[in-house]
Amino acid sequence: MNFSLADASISSYFEDSWGSSPEWALLAAAVVHLVLVAGFFGLPAGVFIWTERKVSGRIQDRLGPTRVGGRFGWLQSLADGIKLIQKEDLAPKDADQVLFTMAPYVVVVSSLAAFIFLPFSDGWIAVSLDIGLYLMLAVMSLEVIGVILAGYSSGSKWSLFGAMREAAQMISYEIPMAICVVIPIIAAGSLNLNEIGGMQSGHLGNWLIFNDPFTFLAFFVYFVCATASCKRAPFDLAEAESELVAGFLTEYSGFRWSFFFLAEYASMFAVSGIAALLFLGGWHTGIPGLDGSLVDLRETGGIPGYLINVLGFLVFLVKSSLLVCVQIWVRWTLPRLRIDQVMMTCLKYLVPITCFLFLGSILWPLALSATLERTTLFGEARGDRAARVFRQEADRSEPTPPTETPAPDSAGGGGE
Amino acid sequence: MTGIENQLFWLFAGLTCAGAIGVVISRNIVRMAFCLIVSLGSTAGLFFLLEADFVGATQLLVYVGGTLVLLIFGVMLTGSGPFRQLKMSPSETILGVAVGGLFLAVVAFTVITVDWDRVTRAATRGLSAQDQGRPVGAAASDANEQEGDTARAIGLRLVGLPADHHIGNRKGQGGDTGYLLPFEIVSVHLLVVLIGAAYLARAKRRVETPTEAVTDGDTE
Repeated sequence: MNFSLADASISSYFEDSWGSSPEWALLAAAVVHLVLVAGFFGLPAGVFIWTERKVSGRIQDRLGPTRVGGRFGWLQSLADGIKLIQKEDLAPKDADQVLFTMAPYVVVVSSLAAFIFLPFSDGWIAVSLDIGLYLMLAVMSLEVIGVILAGYSSGSKWSLFGAMREAAQMISYEIPMAICVVIPIIAAGSLNLNEIGGMQSGHLGNWLIFNDPFTFLAFFVYFVCATASCKRAPFDLAEAESELVAGFLTEYSGFRWSFFFLAEYASMFAVSGIAALLFLGGWHTGIPGLDGSLVDLRETGGIPGYLINVLGFLVFLVKSSLLVCVQIWVRWTLPRLRIDQVMMTCLKYLVPITCFLFLGSILWPLALSATLERTTLFGEARGDRAARVFRQEADRSEPTPPTETPAPDSAGGGGE
Repeated sequence: MTGIENQLFWLFAGLTCAGAIGVVISRNIVRMAFCLIVSLGSTAGLFFLLEADFVGATQLLVYVGGTLVLLIFGVMLTGSGPFRQLKMSPSETILGVAVGGLFLAVVAFTVITVDWDRVTRAATRGLSAQDQGRPVGAAASDANEQEGDTARAIGLRLVGLPADHHIGNRKGQGGDTGYLLPFEIVSVHLLVVLIGAAYLARAKRRVETPTEAVTDGDTE
């Protein structure tokens, strides 16, 4: 793999200032990244489980947790975790023991691995790849295998029903979700999530959701598909506690059970992060005037640049968390669909809609350049945007940027 | 760096082989599928080690995430009991061993007869004109392929942005859609063919009036 950006800098730091050999430096950098990524994997899960309890309580005219850790029940998730660790690790007699114990790890590892490719701020990414988004979706699609194995190996009919529903649902919803992801990719011209985020600086009009009407619609279709891919209500057919006891989770208890929930909330955050990066400007605030100066200040580096990155990190967290809150809100508002309705929604509505959006997003720049002689309505031109970010990336990967490169006359001056 | 890469190579290669052997040895279909996941996933790891990120990701997405899920799904739909065992007759075992052995012989013969010194020299220096008479090897002589980073160039060509860093200096550039439109037309045709095949293969249960057919959802 092509390790770049953050990884290279940390391993070179260990090499230079600690005098360690390249292999140990790489290992140390890998450990640092792993701890960071695991932190961002576990912490949102705990916070969002608490949020879910509070939001669902309020929607149902209750208070939610109020006792543990103060007035708002801040430590409820931690208390739940301690309780779950203490529980007995049960496996039913009829279960396929090996697969039954393996399944939660498959789910957790695939969900955790997705965070490796997620940039939290400009350059704050464990592994920056040219095909980062593609690899992230590929890794996240492995989660379904763990769920199916869990359901199958439990040796219970409820689990088997849940697993079969999950398989049917995931295979179907992957198609519109993947096409929806491609639509902003066409507008951006890159699969590198860090570059896609960088392209949306400037102002609100540069956010890819406002790039053309098709990306605007694609955002909502993506969000529906992402909710379905996280098995969230109204698409939680795999659990469906009123029909299938708890679906594929029926036979699980204790820590293995909590692994599934950890993975569910983490992948909620991951798909919301993808949505924020692809459509909602990533780590950029979207305020005209402010964004451009922030980018300039970041380029100077040093402590101000670091602080700007922290600010971008917070902006990204807020955007993603808001999307997660919408998912929670939807769950406690809408009733569950039947399995045939779920399949019909996907195959009869979402797939044709996404195909139409895909076609439209290709024809849009053609139509605009034929009539108005420009490629976007509000933001920077597509080619300008791509050129600006590619040049930044090229400068960053080379220690001494070529001086003869002319400054982009259109950088930050979107809108024309 | 090379030490870690070597160890990772042995790890992934071992897992690939262990998974493949597990597929053969296991008698439970879903455990076989799980072994196949391990084997195919480790193959993806080998691709990542070779810096073929795109191939590795495709391996994960298509084989591990797609084909295997369909396989397990098919087993669950068609299996008679919850944990179905496969039983093989002795003739099947003999036939399988014979086919496998022949294939192993072909692969081993190929590996032994290749002049690996020459391949290594060619890979390190780049194949040049002295390697005549080998069209397959000559195809790898392109400098771009030696460099390896081709995913970006192909992708940019597809969406109609030129791959160099000088795009966008002139007005009106970058509005090209590249090869995306013909590509999409072809793939939508493929989708139409798939849906048509599914429709034709679907068992017709009863004759429905057109209004019923519209309201009746696809409950299969």
